[in-house]
Amino acid sequence: MSATLPVTAPPAGRPVLLTGWGRTAPTAALLQTPADAEQLALAVRAAPPSRSILARGLGRSYGDAAQSAGGTVLSTLGLTELSLDRQTGVLVAGAGCSLDQILQAAVPQGWFLPVTPGTRQVTVGGAIAADVHGKNHHVDGTFGRHVRWLDLVDGAGTVHRLAPDGPDADREAFWATVGGLGLTGVIVRAAVALQRIESSWIAVETVQAANLAALMAALRADDARLRYTVAWVDVLASGARAGRGVVTSGDHASAAAVAAQGHGDPLHYHPRVLLSAPGVPVKLVNPLSARVLSELWFRKAPAQRRTTLEPLQTFFHPLDGVHGWNRLYGRSGFLQYQLAVPDGREDVVERALAGLRSASSEAFLGVLKRFGPANPSPLSFPCPGWTLAVDIPATAGNRLARVLEDLDRAVAQAGGRVYLVKDSRCRPDLVEQMYPQLRQWRAVRDRLDPQHRFGSDLSRRLGL
Amino acid sequence: MIDALGSPQSVLLLGGTSEIGLAILEALPPGRLRRLVLLGRDGAALAATAQRLAGPVARLSGTAAEPATVEVVVCDAADTAAHGGVIDAIFAAGDIDLTVMAIGALGDQARSEADPLQAVELAQSTFVGPMSLILHVGRRLRTQGHGSLVVISSVAGRQARRANFVYGAAKAGLDLAALGLGDSLDGYGPHVLVVRPGFVHTRMTAGLKPAPLSVSPQAVAATVVTGLRKRRTVVYSPPAVAVICAVLMALPRTVLRRLPF
Repeated sequence: MSATLPVTAPPAGRPVLLTGWGRTAPTAALLQTPADAEQLALAVRAAPPSRSILARGLGRSYGDAAQSAGGTVLSTLGLTELSLDRQTGVLVAGAGCSLDQILQAAVPQGWFLPVTPGTRQVTVGGAIAADVHGKNHHVDGTFGRHVRWLDLVDGAGTVHRLAPDGPDADREAFWATVGGLGLTGVIVRAAVALQRIESSWIAVETVQAANLAALMAALRADDARLRYTVAWVDVLASGARAGRGVVTSGDHASAAAVAAQGHGDPLHYHPRVLLSAPGVPVKLVNPLSARVLSELWFRKAPAQRRTTLEPLQTFFHPLDGVHGWNRLYGRSGFLQYQLAVPDGREDVVERALAGLRSASSEAFLGVLKRFGPANPSPLSFPCPGWTLAVDIPATAGNRLARVLEDLDRAVAQAGGRVYLVKDSRCRPDLVEQMYPQLRQWRAVRDRLDPQHRFGSDLSRRLGL
Repeated sequence: MIDALGSPQSVLLLGGTSEIGLAILEALPPGRLRRLVLLGRDGAALAATAQRLAGPVARLSGTAAEPATVEVVVCDAADTAAHGGVIDAIFAAGDIDLTVMAIGALGDQARSEADPLQAVELAQSTFVGPMSLILHVGRRLRTQGHGSLVVISSVAGRQARRANFVYGAAKAGLDLAALGLGDSLDGYGPHVLVVRPGFVHTRMTAGLKPAPLSVSPQAVAATVVTGLRKRRTVVYSPPAVAVICAVLMALPRTVLRRLPF
């Protein structure tokens, strides 16, 4: 005798395995690529209710924010409309447009993104859902601050236009979607206010800093003067040199300055991929290569401040020059730990560097920056103070897990938080402490998606 | 969900009192466990195990204040008709990140030969029942789109030997079922790991003369955790028994049947 079982076969179509940029914890979902916003809304309505729906762009979030095991993942890459008002600089873009496509269209016209993260290979939808920040956060805030409006497909498959202001603006829904990790619905298009530029060059000031205190002091000083500031920090340096690094700060170069250097068309923009990582993951990051790279990178920077002109892509997106660089961490992948702590808690940054150094001898990519004021988004990551981001191979043993867990607690106790869109391992209960407005965000999410049809591996793991 | 460093949030132990199963549980990267399900035949033994696990569960949960819930599910591997409903109920309450199949009995070779009904019973408890359970788990994992399934097989299933071929036949059946299930799930997200230990010191083997290269349940568990992290399909414990297996597989039967074990 055999029991009759309910048929639980997945809907037609073979699932695909998805991971984040860190290539850890793959899970499978049905992937659909709707050709336009209407099709996407239909797909939301048609998706099976048993498992969740999630939008995915270029898959650059490090952890599990853009994958949804057993669910329906809607690629936004079919939503590629792009129009730029050359007078006002307001761009209307489909959620699947990459920042790369926008730059190719806008830079020659004298417009630049108001905010760009460290890669241009992210989509507009992803940039809003992650509320990305860049080197100008202390001046210009996050990407979300420059969004004039966005169109969102909610849990019922209905399209809403959300804006931060105006008479009928659903302000709450707008800010819950900015930084909302794709959990309030699918962003299908958005209007973004670009900034005017005279040239495609940045006047960059570069200087070494011998230790963490010097590095922080240089960043503080530069923040008061310059629009873009960031520091590479040598995670592996210890003792008196702990926290040494290189500060690079700058602002858009004037057309005159570019002409003076004899560069021709000041708005010429033609970024190239210089290298490609091997097609299969080969672990080229190891303790030796990490240390050598760190040493070279530090020594390459001048001890005395030096100003040079650098193309936009060199200054903002250096890693985009190496195609598939995430494969250099090998089969087991890597994670990026990014924390933010308020001013006065520099000790947590120091502790983080020491802890990460003890947990991994391969962490050579550390980035330190100051954040300006936060925005009204309940789940937006940046808060005033310091942020540190470090790439770490996801290696064997429980030591890394323990070190990161201790750090999470220290960060939460200091009133800081980790960046959820990059997370792949945080404790769920700490997230509530790190994001005290999580409850308000949930209330708005429940209004837009009462049945919680949208979900990701991240949201399940953290119980968002 | 299993996180980037391999910590699962929910674990289902099929054979909830199995020493190897519990050793695997204790060897997992700690800190994220929210739910543990112990499935087995003997409710009282499962309840006692659940009580004894309070310490390890707190450690695996990463918090003593709010430890993972421990559920006990009474289900007989031989009662295959009930398996579908039981497994569905477990998965309906939430995703299962890691399932360990550790149900099995060693049986008594001589008695099995004298009374083949005993061999049938052994095949039921060590092959048919476990196969039924892992197929039901596989069915749910496919829909779930993620999750790992560890199936404890044995080197005894690699080659028929005079001393334990009934047990070996049962393990061989389960081993093939698990390998095939893993293949069928490839690309759907889940991952199946077949574990082939040599002689393991447990209650099941107590009183037997240990074979060469015998290992502890903890050693098997360590191999399993590494295999899970690397998403391997087969691991041997200790690794050296793989070589012995290869030799036994290569020997002609006429030589094999004269071996002293």
